[in-house]
Amino acid sequence: MTSTFDKFFTFLFYRKSLALFLLLAPLLIWLGVVYLGSLFTLLIQSFFSIDSFSGVIKREFTLESYYDLFRQSTNWDIIIRTTTMAFTVTVVSAIIAFPIAYFMAMNAGPTLKPILYLGVMLPLWSSYLVKVYSWKLIMAKEGILTWCLDQLGLLHLLDVVLAIPVIGGSSLSFSYIGMFLVFVYIWLPYMILPIQASLERIPKSLLEASSDLGGGPSQTFRKVILPLAFPGVVAGSIFTFSLTLGDYIIPTIIGNSSYFIGMAVYTHQGTAGNIPLAAAFSVVPIIIMMVYLSIAKRLGAFDAL
Amino acid sequence: MRSKWNLGSIGLRTATLFGFLFIHIPILLIIMYAFSTDEKTFQFPLPGFTTKWFGVAWDRNDIWEAIILSSQVALISTFIAIFLGTLACLAVYRSQFFGKEIISFLVILPIALPGIVTGISLRSAMSLFGIPFSTWTIVIAHATFCIVTVYNNVLARLRRSSHSMVEASMDLGANPWQTFRFVILPNIATALLAGGMLSFALSFDEVIVTTFTAGQQSTVPIWMLTEFIRPRQRPVTNVVAVFVILVTTIPILVAYYLTKEDDGRKK
Repeated sequence: MTSTFDKFFTFLFYRKSLALFLLLAPLLIWLGVVYLGSLFTLLIQSFFSIDSFSGVIKREFTLESYYDLFRQSTNWDIIIRTTTMAFTVTVVSAIIAFPIAYFMAMNAGPTLKPILYLGVMLPLWSSYLVKVYSWKLIMAKEGILTWCLDQLGLLHLLDVVLAIPVIGGSSLSFSYIGMFLVFVYIWLPYMILPIQASLERIPKSLLEASSDLGGGPSQTFRKVILPLAFPGVVAGSIFTFSLTLGDYIIPTIIGNSSYFIGMAVYTHQGTAGNIPLAAAFSVVPIIIMMVYLSIAKRLGAFDAL
Repeated sequence: MRSKWNLGSIGLRTATLFGFLFIHIPILLIIMYAFSTDEKTFQFPLPGFTTKWFGVAWDRNDIWEAIILSSQVALISTFIAIFLGTLACLAVYRSQFFGKEIISFLVILPIALPGIVTGISLRSAMSLFGIPFSTWTIVIAHATFCIVTVYNNVLARLRRSSHSMVEASMDLGANPWQTFRFVILPNIATALLAGGMLSFALSFDEVIVTTFTAGQQSTVPIWMLTEFIRPRQRPVTNVVAVFVILVTTIPILVAYYLTKEDDGRKK
């Protein structure tokens, strides 16, 4: 038994391409069949249609679902709302993340650095749902945020903010502002780490060269550090943007029940049973992401991942 | 030299401090709320402290069922991910062939595309081919996006370890299997464990893809989501949240130390 086993391995050792094929085959079959196969099925189904009387899916090629999708202005609203949210969350996350990443990469000493790194990595990996839930506690009417603002005598400020049309609402947990806060909170670590990595890679000699050539700190920052760290920002933005685009848990738990792409997909396939429309809807974030990724590639984000 | 680059160091420190408070306080709050005597609301300051909700949660069967299902799914998906990821790493590392980059791309794709896309794709495929929802449909979905953590960890380790050991083993007359078993495997063992831990944590916590592939069963995240939307006993939800924090945090810490120690040795 053992010797046949050994012989088999030795046999493979001299046939590199066969060995390579056997090693890769399980993964390729899995991802090819299960994953790409499913994506392909989804794409196919988006060209099917649903019979509006019987609710049966007609397996014939048609653009009906796409027509349905783009005909209704509410669907456009959903797409625009989701994309705007994703974009705003991305920009604000980058603004908050940059100083943190900068401090981690440039200022923190050898003892502080691993602590900070772990401090960002832990929330990134730890439970998504628990984190969303914690904000429900924080933003509840009788919760901690109201209490803190009350203690500081700033409660009226919250009312002013919530009175802002469109983004305001009856309370923080029923407004776009609340939803936005939670999105930024959840995705922030995904932005910090790539920026930190790209700042880490800047050779210190470049900074010295800049100052030797007479560049002041702010000039060095603008002309040397920022351009070199920018691919890291774009890399981080891929995560924040893509994750916001596809999320449907946060808009379900927090917010004023206006629809986001993820929720629309979920409802169309679940309650409505309209898989073709759900499929067509989920092609939208794929296309947005493809456009986004091609721009990101040009900006050099893939070298920073 | 370094102090020269401390642009507005105090501002930077404050920004970092607030950033970290922002990231960590909500998680600490959840832990605190699990001990609250308040049953109906999210009242703050807490009216009192109690550990009774831990007992109540312990006696709930639906929670145990969810935990058992989540653990099963996470374990099986992790093993599939380890198997598929490691084999592919051994193929990709040190060899050049057409389409090598496509493999890395394929492995990342399930987590790079929005979760909703992965979820609905798998669901629509399953319904098209009439596959009934079961523990296995969840496992298939989870294994697909878990491969990347194993793949990245193991590949990084293989790239860092020196190939001369493998050559030496071959020169000394070991066959390929012995070389794998006694040289490569011990070398990548901690990376495998780290990748596996991360994959377990990832699977245990996944909710979006799971809602699409689970049918009637509920994993721990699905149980929680149902409780958020239709709360029954809020403090019990908080207790389960604390449990989930532990189950996901501990593997991440272990994975971190497993890979960090290795960095120290190699440098």
